[in-house]
Amino acid sequence: MTASLTRTLKLSLALAGALAISTAAHARDQIQIVGSSTVFPFSTAVAETFGQNTPFKTPVVESTGSGGGLKLFCSGVGTNTPDITNSSRRIKETEFKSCVENGITPVEVKVGFDGIVLGSAKGGIELNLTPKQIFLALAKEIPVDGKLVANPNKTWADVDASLPNVKIEVLGPPPTSGTRDAFAELALEGGAKKVEMLAALRKSDKKAFGKVAHAVREDGAYVEAGENDNLIVQKLQANPNAVGIFGFSFLDQNSDKLRGATVAGNEPTFENIAAGDYPISRSLFFYVKKEHVDVIPGIKEFVAEFTDEDTWGDEGYLADKGLIPLPEDERESVAESANSLTPMSM
Amino acid sequence: MTDMSNTPEGAARKKRTAKRYAAEKRFEYIGLAAVLSAALFLVILLWTIVGNALPALTYNYVKIPIDLTTEKLTAENAGSFDYRKIVRNGIYEAVPGVKGRKDRKKLRGLVSSGAAVELRSEVSENPQWIGTKQDIYLPLSDTADLYLKNLMGDITRPEAERKFSDIEIKWTDQLKEQGKIESRFNSIFFTHGASREPEMAGIWGAVVGSFLTLLVTLVLSVPVGVGAAIYLEEFAPKNKLTGFIEININNLAAVPSIVFGLLGLGFFLNGVYLGWFTLGGGFPRSAAITGGIVLALMTLPTVIIASRAAIKSVPPSIREAALGIGASKVQATFHHVLPLAMPGILTGTIIGMAGALGETAPLLLIGMVAFIVDIPGGFTEPATVLPVQIFMWADFPEIGFQQKTAAAILILLCFLIAMNAIAVWLRNKFERRW
Repeated sequence: MTASLTRTLKLSLALAGALAISTAAHARDQIQIVGSSTVFPFSTAVAETFGQNTPFKTPVVESTGSGGGLKLFCSGVGTNTPDITNSSRRIKETEFKSCVENGITPVEVKVGFDGIVLGSAKGGIELNLTPKQIFLALAKEIPVDGKLVANPNKTWADVDASLPNVKIEVLGPPPTSGTRDAFAELALEGGAKKVEMLAALRKSDKKAFGKVAHAVREDGAYVEAGENDNLIVQKLQANPNAVGIFGFSFLDQNSDKLRGATVAGNEPTFENIAAGDYPISRSLFFYVKKEHVDVIPGIKEFVAEFTDEDTWGDEGYLADKGLIPLPEDERESVAESANSLTPMSM
Repeated sequence: MTDMSNTPEGAARKKRTAKRYAAEKRFEYIGLAAVLSAALFLVILLWTIVGNALPALTYNYVKIPIDLTTEKLTAENAGSFDYRKIVRNGIYEAVPGVKGRKDRKKLRGLVSSGAAVELRSEVSENPQWIGTKQDIYLPLSDTADLYLKNLMGDITRPEAERKFSDIEIKWTDQLKEQGKIESRFNSIFFTHGASREPEMAGIWGAVVGSFLTLLVTLVLSVPVGVGAAIYLEEFAPKNKLTGFIEININNLAAVPSIVFGLLGLGFFLNGVYLGWFTLGGGFPRSAAITGGIVLALMTLPTVIIASRAAIKSVPPSIREAALGIGASKVQATFHHVLPLAMPGILTGTIIGMAGALGETAPLLLIGMVAFIVDIPGGFTEPATVLPVQIFMWADFPEIGFQQKTAAAILILLCFLIAMNAIAVWLRNKFERRW
């Protein structure tokens, strides 16, 4: 017993040492994708189909958020950095600069649109909103009698007499989420511009305007419900007076349980978002590291699979997953520049 | 002696006693209520998980005629052939008379998009089918499966509010009446890796990933942890330095696990640049080896503390007797103390491993929270683990994933219960009382 015990101990020590050394060098033959959690459901679907129908390994897709993904992506060239990053917004100029400084040539591919929905349970509260009303209901500070004060609106009827007399209760994503960024930019900022005093502020002091327009109230009317959109859906069913903020694909998948509020008279439907009528919608992208093409096998083929009509077209499988396709002519031009790996310019 | 209860003093004493008894009873009931409410929550938790998980154990398959007579298909390319068109034609034949692009698309959607992959593996296993026509059972789509399991909710609602339209219901009922639909044990769930289609998603990739990761954790944390414990208990001088080390080991046991993830990211993935060379770094992202090392660092304090407690509980008389008859310190430790401390060490190790098995936070930062389809074949290949798989399935919008999530939770619970049961068994079997 004792001798074998010592032997086992020695053996495991040796094994541990061997493990540590054996990983020092390794080549990668599998595409690595990071980035936005909004693009994640689409990117994974393409990755899976790509793995099934090509001789290449299935790419590994991580959901790190748009900002986190771009940070990893732009950190350098080499097999220990990702090959592709997904983003639910366009790359920022600062990010692009740091990318180029690190010797990276990003290729931009716009893949489609995503609508951000204010939804409630079927049979629950019914809202027909305008961006201005969304801002007045959810901003931290709003102008009252020419002065910025803490948001006094307690019910939707306080915001506008046409809305139901129900307490404002909104479940939405936390500040770390790209959905929150886009919501602040498209809905809140869009609404703030419609408020006279803030429109004037925007002209005189753009920074101060941005601060006011992007601040979400913290007095309990807006509840940060975490990144998990399924959780928001469940909470909405339990509380018919609550409104949730989430991506269109969740409304699409739960169309039997949820209803989307109209914004500026437009229902959040596939057609309205694709046509650009629904105002709270954004473009989705992915960025390819040109330096890794031909180093990591399959990148070109992956881009080809993503930009195939059967994938991202009107009848493609990504549309079934809730992606709103680009217009046909734009698809054509994006596919062409993507497949020829044309470097992007800001 | 006179009866005290009649005096005013006696009455007061009686009252005090009654009060003390009442307090005792009250406390007993509060304790009982606490235990009962804990048990109730546990029952509710298990009830909902098991209730949600059971439908995931079976899956509905549809028998469709498969025409494998095409010349393009040979024994050589059977493993890489694109079977999508064959499956498509099969379902057209099974439900004849469907015209129009939209209806045909819906009909195609009745069969899982993974059916072609399933067919590919079946044909590769049965090459004698090539050139013939076969009736083969292929998985239905997740919505059709949910409908057959009555999990679609109220199907009398208006069509627009459902995920499953009237015509799809008609086709499914028709196939069911013809006896072409069969509910089978869901072997896909236990043999496949992750997938974006609920019907094609399996837990096997995560089970293998968890196994590889825990193997690395075990191999690293046990020898180092037990070695540290032996040194500190048996050999180390008691001075300020060892006291400082002891305090820090106890502190490390209480450090939130995400911090170990940050360490993994900073040291093992990126490396620390020290001016003239980089220390660490170069470990593969999303791989079992990196995850295992991070989890090993996380479990080390637990293993050390448990091992020290086990070694300490071996009576000094054993050591003294060994030393007394001429054994060296090493011999006394390894021949006598360690074997007697082994049950305690093993229990501590297993509990530590069970903790590592349920961990996600540190893995988030080293890229193991990722969508990985291929089953990992080695320590350096991308892998994910069970709790991460649960976390990701819970986040997918498709309704079919809700059952998968519950089933995966059940499997993780089974592993944890098994590990804890082994720990209890080992303790009972080998424990010695002095």
